[in-house]
Amino acid sequence: MEELMRQITPNLYLYRDKFYKSCLATAEMFWKAGLIAGLIGLMLGILLVITKKDGIAPKPLVYQATNLVINIFRSVPFIILLIFLIPLTRAVVGTAINVKGAILPLVFGTVPFYSRQVEVALSGVDPGKVEAARSMGSGTAGLIFRVYLREAVPDLLRVTTVTAISLIGLTTMAGAVGAGGIGSFAINYGQNQNHPDIVNVCVIVLLIVTFILQSLGNGLSRRTTNRGLLNRSHRAKEKEGTV
Amino acid sequence: MIEIRELNKTFRLKTGDVEAVRDVSLTIGDGVIYGVIGSSGAGKSTLVRCLNLLEIPDSGTIILDGVGEIVLKNGKPYLNGKEMTSRQQNDMRRGIGMIFQHFNLLDRCTVFENVAYPLMHTGRSRKQIEERVRELLKLVALEDKIDGYPSQLSGGQKQRVAIARALAAEPRILLSDEATSALDPEATEAILSLLQEVNRKLGVTVVLITHEMAVIKSIADRVAVMEDGRVVEEGSVYEIFADPQEKITRKFVASSSLLGKLDRLLEEDAELVRVRPGEMLVRLMFQKDCVGEHLLTTAARRYGFDLNIILANSEYLHGSPIGGMAGIISGDREKIEMGLAFLRENHVSAEVISDGRADEADHAESLPVS
Repeated sequence: MEELMRQITPNLYLYRDKFYKSCLATAEMFWKAGLIAGLIGLMLGILLVITKKDGIAPKPLVYQATNLVINIFRSVPFIILLIFLIPLTRAVVGTAINVKGAILPLVFGTVPFYSRQVEVALSGVDPGKVEAARSMGSGTAGLIFRVYLREAVPDLLRVTTVTAISLIGLTTMAGAVGAGGIGSFAINYGQNQNHPDIVNVCVIVLLIVTFILQSLGNGLSRRTTNRGLLNRSHRAKEKEGTV
Repeated sequence: MIEIRELNKTFRLKTGDVEAVRDVSLTIGDGVIYGVIGSSGAGKSTLVRCLNLLEIPDSGTIILDGVGEIVLKNGKPYLNGKEMTSRQQNDMRRGIGMIFQHFNLLDRCTVFENVAYPLMHTGRSRKQIEERVRELLKLVALEDKIDGYPSQLSGGQKQRVAIARALAAEPRILLSDEATSALDPEATEAILSLLQEVNRKLGVTVVLITHEMAVIKSIADRVAVMEDGRVVEEGSVYEIFADPQEKITRKFVASSSLLGKLDRLLEEDAELVRVRPGEMLVRLMFQKDCVGEHLLTTAARRYGFDLNIILANSEYLHGSPIGGMAGIISGDREKIEMGLAFLRENHVSAEVISDGRADEADHAESLPVS
């Protein structure tokens, strides 16, 4: 294996330790920023849907304010946002470089996109279902957790996949300002030192990750359409096997 | 008992105000099946949504057994004098079941989970819930679908699950919003008889909204007719069918009986309904007091007129017969008049639709007499 690597990608072999570290750094940025942005984005998405004019708890002011902030951050290109946020990042986490310094801008870059996507996914829930749940006495919390989030799972998985893939793109950009990761590895060791094999392998690695994420997302989304993810059977024992 | 007094609901839209419910007062007795009929946009859906406060009426009063007197002021509900909290509203809704035209089941939940929905988070144990769900699924004859998903069910089956779900928390009232409008005739029949069973077995008061008179005819005890947000006519289903007063009511009644064809024939000016000079096209309605007597032949024999029957229809409504007939009478004018008077004396409502007087060849315009 090592012999093969040395032959096909001699330069990568030379910097293989750096390459592994870069992969790990990207993975770390991805899951940390993804988790934080996912939670915040989900909450903002829910907030948008319920405070909308015809939502279940209409609050026009809250809706418009949230909407405005999201629009502002969405319209700033990520590379500019990165630079713009440097002072804030320094103030919050103490440094603007390395993985640690990249998380905050990544969250800022992802949340607006994700919350918008979540809003769309939740808006796709049939208002009739919400009305039925209201008629059964569900309050706002019940409607959010038992109707909106539950019924929108396939769509939420779909938009989460899209967001995750775009987040990988952002992590490579964050690399450009000193966060490390596959992005900066490809630029510094591949492009700048004229090692095309390094660039190629980086592309292949990202392709594979994207492909895996996409298939996982599609698969889960399909698996949860019109059904729950896990089944709990209530069928009487003797009737088992008839379906 | 449900009592509604002077209920109003106006929707303020960009395109202008829509007065969906205007000054509606109704009393719905315990354990009855109460129908509300109207064309689309008549406000019947809004009215029924006001009953469980899915729409908050602007003004009026709703009195519900077991809840109390809900007074609406400035679009806010006050229960026994105090403004209702959203928790109180939710509790109140829990006591009223509701089913919908498009079923509104949760697609990602099994039949079990759907029916269990109103029972969860109410302090019932897992075992209690399971027992109750099984009992309900037995009632709607869908025990074998307990682990199925809505997407695997037919429309009629979905509505049966929805009924089981609506009844789960043992409500005293069941609201049905066009529950059969999306179903084929067979499934409609099945759902209607299930609603009737629920009403009779469990004593649940059913308020049922529809635009189809056939639905009212088959299961409702009483009916309110709505037009432009108002209740224009109200009464027992028999009364409404036997003697509709308002134009809209007549239209609905006609739509569900063979006699409805008469209006179409008149519109088309069909050969069948053209009256020649001296003839008269009449519509006769026979109620329970006169069906079964040979009034018509008696009249014809006594007053010597001839009758050519064009359309006739008779049926049983809640065990009482009701009949209608349209025909062309010919004979001596004076005798005909006397014959009609005789019929009216015997509680037959006789309406002269067109009268071919001797000098007019064409049939005259409609001339309601009764």
